[in-house]
Amino acid sequence: MSDRKDMELIAELVPPGSRVLDLGCGNGELLAHLRELRQCSGYGIEIDDANVLACEQRGVNVVQLNLEEGLALFEDQSFDVVLQLDTLQHLRNTEKMLRETARVGRIGVVSFPNFAHWPNRLHVAAGRMPVTRVLPYEWYDTPNIRVGTYADFEVLARRDGLRILDSFGIQNGSVVRRWPNLLASVAVFKFERG
Amino acid sequence: MSRFGGAGIFFARSMSHLGDVQPQSMHFAEALPLRSGAHLRDYTLVYETYGTLAADRRNAVLVCHALNASHHAAGTYAGDPKSEGWWNNLIGPGKPLDTNRFFVISVNNPGSCFGSTGPMHPNPDPAAGGRRYGADFPVVTVEDWVDAQARLIDALGIHELAAVIGGSLGGMQALAWALRFPERLRHCIAVATAPNLSAQNIAFNEVARRAIVTDPDFHGGHFYEHGVVPKRGLRVARMIGHITYLSDDAMEAKFGRDLQAAALGYTTLDIEFQIEGYLRYQGDKFSEYFDANTYLLITRALDYFDPAFAHGGDLAATFAGARSKFLLVSFTTDWRFAPARSREIVKALVDNRLDVSYAEIAAPHGHDAFLLDDPRYHAVLRARFDRIAAEAPPVRTVNASAAAPIDGRTAARSAKVAE
Repeated sequence: MSDRKDMELIAELVPPGSRVLDLGCGNGELLAHLRELRQCSGYGIEIDDANVLACEQRGVNVVQLNLEEGLALFEDQSFDVVLQLDTLQHLRNTEKMLRETARVGRIGVVSFPNFAHWPNRLHVAAGRMPVTRVLPYEWYDTPNIRVGTYADFEVLARRDGLRILDSFGIQNGSVVRRWPNLLASVAVFKFERG
Repeated sequence: MSRFGGAGIFFARSMSHLGDVQPQSMHFAEALPLRSGAHLRDYTLVYETYGTLAADRRNAVLVCHALNASHHAAGTYAGDPKSEGWWNNLIGPGKPLDTNRFFVISVNNPGSCFGSTGPMHPNPDPAAGGRRYGADFPVVTVEDWVDAQARLIDALGIHELAAVIGGSLGGMQALAWALRFPERLRHCIAVATAPNLSAQNIAFNEVARRAIVTDPDFHGGHFYEHGVVPKRGLRVARMIGHITYLSDDAMEAKFGRDLQAAALGYTTLDIEFQIEGYLRYQGDKFSEYFDANTYLLITRALDYFDPAFAHGGDLAATFAGARSKFLLVSFTTDWRFAPARSREIVKALVDNRLDVSYAEIAAPHGHDAFLLDDPRYHAVLRARFDRIAAEAPPVRTVNASAAAPIDGRTAARSAKVAE
């Protein structure tokens, strides 16, 4: 979650008072925001030492785990909301984590860089992998090992029996509901187990 | 608030040694009921305190020691600069557990051999005829120790602890505090610990105990009367224990297959590899100061610890009554108290919707890492203690009478430390 405005838009998808599990919670900024402005409680999951420390300094509950190992620590439907923001594209086991998200949370919220955003399409049309603000890496050093599009996620969600409750794109801190697959650099989906 | 914040930053930047400390002792005439049904009668606890108790008495932190440690957690003894306490890298002015902010209490558990009533002391039972306890010292458990600590905390005039912290067996005591006295601690910090010992862990303990009790100098635990010490048994016990505290990698890095001499001697009796010399040295050193009966008692306390047993093995149900906030830390190379064991505790706490953070530190040192000062590990502890201090800002302007609920001696010494 690099952008504060993006974070606030996503926070609005979380009902006040929710018990939240934030997968790949970074420095705990969103959980702190949800706690202070929406009276939420819960935990973050992080693998990175510096982020775990930042969460601890913020007073955000954080559990240091590798998400690739799954969510065995958490019971079925034990959270109101499971967030997987800007995380899914880093995981080898994307589909498994999506299923785990839907298992542990009554509602899942994911966000990821939309590879079909039009500047990316231009890059690819010109024969090169895109390097943009949201996808700032070169093809050979990118941590984004799963690159997908807004439209791709809709297909995957259907395949895995997830019911999409809401979805939109985010571009420059604003919600994009018209042609998000083309016009938004970030894709956001809110879903539940179908 | 800003004044305290400023002071915190100042102290954080100036880490210094605690200086000389003095152990104190407290006698308890009222018998301590033990889990076994026996009672510990007429006993004394030795303890140390560091820092100053705030006027509101909300800045007290209890430190629990592990198998072979004592109440001497920090500072040095006068005239002996090498006598640093076992957690001196953590506790002191400006250190993660900052004695400028917290009043730290460290108690030697009964059954130990460092001053508190133990098997080497006279048995007060008239039937014993003044004989030393030896093997007749009652079997003590982690819960018994926690009860003994709670009585000492009561006597110090402290109702609620800001935190209880311990590593390994000390971590079990911190967990037991959260279960037995949920309203008496705000934070439970359990490092490199487990909800119970695995069969493999119990097996290691049993090998150590057999080494001791089969030593001809053990005399059924009454060796004091024979003027001997079962040193051979203690040495082997320590050697096996020591192996389990280190990681394979750490041992490889430190010793590898390095030889003691320039060439192999083709001998089965003499030391060939440096690791052998190291283990023998550790065993010799240990057998000079540690008590054989204490080793049996403490390894048994480790074996017995299993708070979930009373709940049919359901750890989540076990922690249902806990109220404190938790911090758990484990080390990736610790195979004696592996990260998976800490995760079991984290899961039980999450199931109960309790506040918990868990750091899994990729330290190379094995179980011993909890005593070392890995910067990631200490940064997490520092962050937690900073938060605890922020929750209950210390009252800095303490006058002598407000700071002295204990006794004159402690207050005077605390004042000296606070300088």
